[in-house]
Amino acid sequence: MHQATSATVGEKPLLSLRDINMTFGGVKALKNVSFEVRPGEVHCLAGENGCGKSTLIKVITGVYRPADGAVIEYDGETYSHMSPVTAQDRGIQVIWQDLALFPEMSVAENIAFHEVLGRRPRLVDYNRMRRIAIDALARLGVTLDVDLPLKEYAIAQRQIVAIARALIGEAKLVFMDEPTASLTQSETDHLLDIVRNLSDSGVAVVFVSHRLAEVLEISSRITVLRDGALVGVYPAAGMTQSRITELMTGKTFDQHVRARPKDDQPVVLEVRGLTRPGQFEDISLTVHRGETVGITGLLGAGRTELALALFGMLKPASGSISIEGKKVRFASNRDAIKAGVAYLSEDRLSLGLIQPQTIADNLVIASLRKILSGGLLSEDRKRSLVSRWIADLGVRIGRQADAISTLSGGNQQRVAIAKWLATDPKLLILDCPTVGVDVGARAGIFDIVAKLAESGLAIILISDEVPEVYFNADRVLHMTQGRIVGTYDPRLARLEDIEAAVYA
Amino acid sequence: MTNIVERIKTALGPEMAGPGLAFVAVVLVFGIASPQFLSAATFGSVAFQLPELGVLTLAMLLPILTGGLNLAITFTANIAGLTVAWVLRENGGVDAGIGIFIVGCLLAVLVGAASGVVMGLVIAFTRAHPILVSLSMMIFLRGLGEFLTRGGDISGFPAFVGPIGHGSIAGIPVPLIVFIVCVLGWHVLLGRTKLGFNTYMIGSNLEATRYSGINTRKAIVLVYTLSGVMCAIAGIIMLARFNSVRIGHGESYLLITVLACFLGGVNPFGGFGRVIPVFVALVVLQLLSSGLNLIGANQHLATAVWGILLVGVMILRWVASKIRISIIRRGS
Repeated sequence: MHQATSATVGEKPLLSLRDINMTFGGVKALKNVSFEVRPGEVHCLAGENGCGKSTLIKVITGVYRPADGAVIEYDGETYSHMSPVTAQDRGIQVIWQDLALFPEMSVAENIAFHEVLGRRPRLVDYNRMRRIAIDALARLGVTLDVDLPLKEYAIAQRQIVAIARALIGEAKLVFMDEPTASLTQSETDHLLDIVRNLSDSGVAVVFVSHRLAEVLEISSRITVLRDGALVGVYPAAGMTQSRITELMTGKTFDQHVRARPKDDQPVVLEVRGLTRPGQFEDISLTVHRGETVGITGLLGAGRTELALALFGMLKPASGSISIEGKKVRFASNRDAIKAGVAYLSEDRLSLGLIQPQTIADNLVIASLRKILSGGLLSEDRKRSLVSRWIADLGVRIGRQADAISTLSGGNQQRVAIAKWLATDPKLLILDCPTVGVDVGARAGIFDIVAKLAESGLAIILISDEVPEVYFNADRVLHMTQGRIVGTYDPRLARLEDIEAAVYA
Repeated sequence: MTNIVERIKTALGPEMAGPGLAFVAVVLVFGIASPQFLSAATFGSVAFQLPELGVLTLAMLLPILTGGLNLAITFTANIAGLTVAWVLRENGGVDAGIGIFIVGCLLAVLVGAASGVVMGLVIAFTRAHPILVSLSMMIFLRGLGEFLTRGGDISGFPAFVGPIGHGSIAGIPVPLIVFIVCVLGWHVLLGRTKLGFNTYMIGSNLEATRYSGINTRKAIVLVYTLSGVMCAIAGIIMLARFNSVRIGHGESYLLITVLACFLGGVNPFGGFGRVIPVFVALVVLQLLSSGLNLIGANQHLATAVWGILLVGVMILRWVASKIRISIIRRGS
């Protein structure tokens, strides 16, 4: 453990924690952690899932009570533990990732209900509510129709509503948990501007995010946690994404462009002029044997819709799809699977895997005919098929009969890949395969992808993180508003240029 | 040896604990309270009463596993019974031959299947809630049955029909044999066939199952069809036991079949549940009512005790899960 910056730069910290220990049923979630935030600072809390970030936030906001010996100094007072009421009264606010808003209620009610409720007389003063809401939004430099129900607004505006609500109670310290996870780049930029404004007006913001680029852009200091212990506190200036990743995981990753030309290989997928109005237009692309074609673009660019059309779950209005030279028309995804197409959904929780069911059943569901014996499903065949894939892809599991939900994101994703490999596909479409997978486990997923390509599988890799496709695909296609607007060869193009084009 | 134990455990599943314990408790309590309880007479009465409720419960089980429900089971059963009665009456009544009866049974199975196919199609394609769809079917069939029978009994069957309800082969009641065959059939269906596999998967997450390339519509239609077929079998057993058909026969069984499924460890939201624990749960319910009968309690009280038993099992399950969690916490 080393301290990268000295804590005292003449300024007294707003919040200072020392000797924070937290144990859950024998598991040490926090080990002697210290943490410090200065007034008006944007501070990033970084670490992999399960490193103790959320636990630390819950200690600060009084949800959890740390072990004896903890020292919490906040705004001139010292506490051994916080309580939720004290934290709130003293201006500590948290915006959780799920926002905790009421979609059916108006923007004004969402922002101001806390101010108006619990006062006497017990009557709701709607005018006061609207005034409070309009003021709070104005502080953020935003205008929304405060009378509209919240559900009319997109996730980005809801985020702003959540921030506005956090600010009405004279907040001094605001925690934001993955605030940009579901925002597009321009929305993220807007949000970051709001965070800067808050910081300028003296509110300290603690930012929790997986997107390291924006962490570096917005924060002045970064606290890194790993396995419940403090790794260090670092100034953002001079930090790089790969350095943070190393600190978070304790491992070093050397990323290099894996692209190699595969044009001499036979064509597996040929798409010509594929169109589904409003979703994708005039898409033409070719994928060769052993080739990985990356498709990047912002959320809503039509990437997933294109993938679903290739997988037979959306019917294109015009254009053609050929697999190994034969024109195909899929009535359902069963036809696509028979033709050798596999699709790993971006939504692993509700579409990719059946979370309550067992690891074994999730793995064999798409290839049941392989475990038939005399017309009936054979437990023995299932067990040996599952064991083979678990070993092949290096999945760490307890028992095959455990629910898939007991596995980590990375291991779940390996099972999901195995489920599709068991169908003997010719083309594997991976739609955002690293969503909800720890930084450390992502490299493992891409190692598998590289090995599969080497064995001759044609792969379409979809991701909204440009570096993922840049480093792991042979060719990168850029999609915007349903069209392919650019093709890049990672060996010739610079990552920065592609990023500039995509995030423009 | 441990391997065999492991295998039996996985075959029965964790659902076995509740009904297993209840079975032991019921046998112990009544065994002590009444000396006649552990006797052939008890076995006999249970063996004759079990099949009707049992076969109907099997009909309810499949839809519940997909996350649905089939509220039309009892009326489907009686409409199927009515089909048999109609075929017999049109072809000689009391003098009808075995051949006619078999034709009637086949038609009855077709009628049961038809009721299931219609419900399955509506549920699979319109995504309407199974409760509403099967409720509509239930009301339709009740109305149809009351219209056809004018609300009365249909009786006057050939003499050979009775033994199907009352007779025994090698000391084992015929309805019990039919029921056990059905239980084994369902056990294989759910544990060893693609349809059974898909039934569980659909019950946990229909969309994810569809994304995995399973024809979920076909599976749902088949599930309700098989449920209808099972109803028809129940209808034929009831016809033989009462020696008559009445559209309201066994109406009170409807919700008891649902509760028997839950007592047998079936997840009310679908996706989990096995046949054998449900079978044991049914035996427990029948033993309970026979036992109460023996110690001289009012017959109607038995139903009340069933309700108490089910609530008790749910509370016990909750307690057991709390204990398990605290053991895991302490252990790690």
